[in-house]
Amino acid sequence: MRLDTTDKQLINLYQRDLPVCDRPYQAMSRQLGIAEEEVIERLQSLQDSQVLSRVGPVFEHSRAGASLLAALAVPDEQIDLVAARVNLAPGVNHNYAREHTYNLWFVMTAPDEDTLEERLDELEHQLRLPMLRLPMVEAYHIDLGFDIDWEALP
Amino acid sequence: MNLRHAPEYLAVVPEIAGAGPVSAWGLLRLRRQLELGLPLTPRPYEKLAEMTGLSEQEVMTAIRQWQAQGLIKRLGLVVRHRTLGYAANAMVVWDVPDSQVQDLGRTLARKSFITLCYQRPRRPPDWPYNLFCMIHGVDRQRVIDQLNMLIAEHGLEQTPHAVLFSTRAYLQRGGRYVSSN
Repeated sequence: MRLDTTDKQLINLYQRDLPVCDRPYQAMSRQLGIAEEEVIERLQSLQDSQVLSRVGPVFEHSRAGASLLAALAVPDEQIDLVAARVNLAPGVNHNYAREHTYNLWFVMTAPDEDTLEERLDELEHQLRLPMLRLPMVEAYHIDLGFDIDWEALP
Repeated sequence: MNLRHAPEYLAVVPEIAGAGPVSAWGLLRLRRQLELGLPLTPRPYEKLAEMTGLSEQEVMTAIRQWQAQGLIKRLGLVVRHRTLGYAANAMVVWDVPDSQVQDLGRTLARKSFITLCYQRPRRPPDWPYNLFCMIHGVDRQRVIDQLNMLIAEHGLEQTPHAVLFSTRAYLQRGGRYVSSN
């Protein structure tokens, strides 16, 4: 999807600090010099075309219930199948293949630590594959969104 | 729902200033609903209020308070970098002496192309790495260039590390902690 200047501005300005007021899209529209309706339409279309996964909050995972990064060492020929099974497990929200012996990386979430451990135990039991459990010890970054380097994009 | 370990989003209840008690169930519903995103209607917070049984004022106050508490890290457009053309992302993992991991973590976290930076436990013998960072780039070469720059700039030539490029995204969505799944 081709983004125009206004789309880019919208993304540059509002990866954070989306207004919390009666009519946030109107407040944004004033900043951008367009109509409120157009802000809403643009957001909808960016969402429909998967440029945005959503408009909303990013929660601090370590404080919003339990979450854990885990990795599986999967035989290459089984990876699509195993990935599909991981996707079906409750609470999984990221699942990536990566270049390593531990080649499938996913984030499992749960309302609390006990449930998280149970879910991982269950999955490990089903899959019978080596699993690394890598809970966060400390986070060093502060998520402010990511400055998009528009010039570098194809 | 398990209320034995009182979740942090409920801590907002007695603190909403100047109003009566706020429904804990309403806050739970709000917390769930927010994970799906803000409604794209002129008054999204009013819409959320309708959906959760709270008042619009309670919704806005709760969100502001969650922001102040740090439970909400940011509120805004959540971009899918892959769709935009950030085709390459590498998880770079380092085996750093424990005494240095915090300093290096903080240093790496300040780089604009590093989007995540965490300390995690080692799992010897298979997994000796204790510092994780994520580098996003338009293509593989650019990510490698950035990594090499980082290594040169911070004298990391002798620090064991591995570069795990992602080859396929099977699933990417916001965390859902309190929804039913």
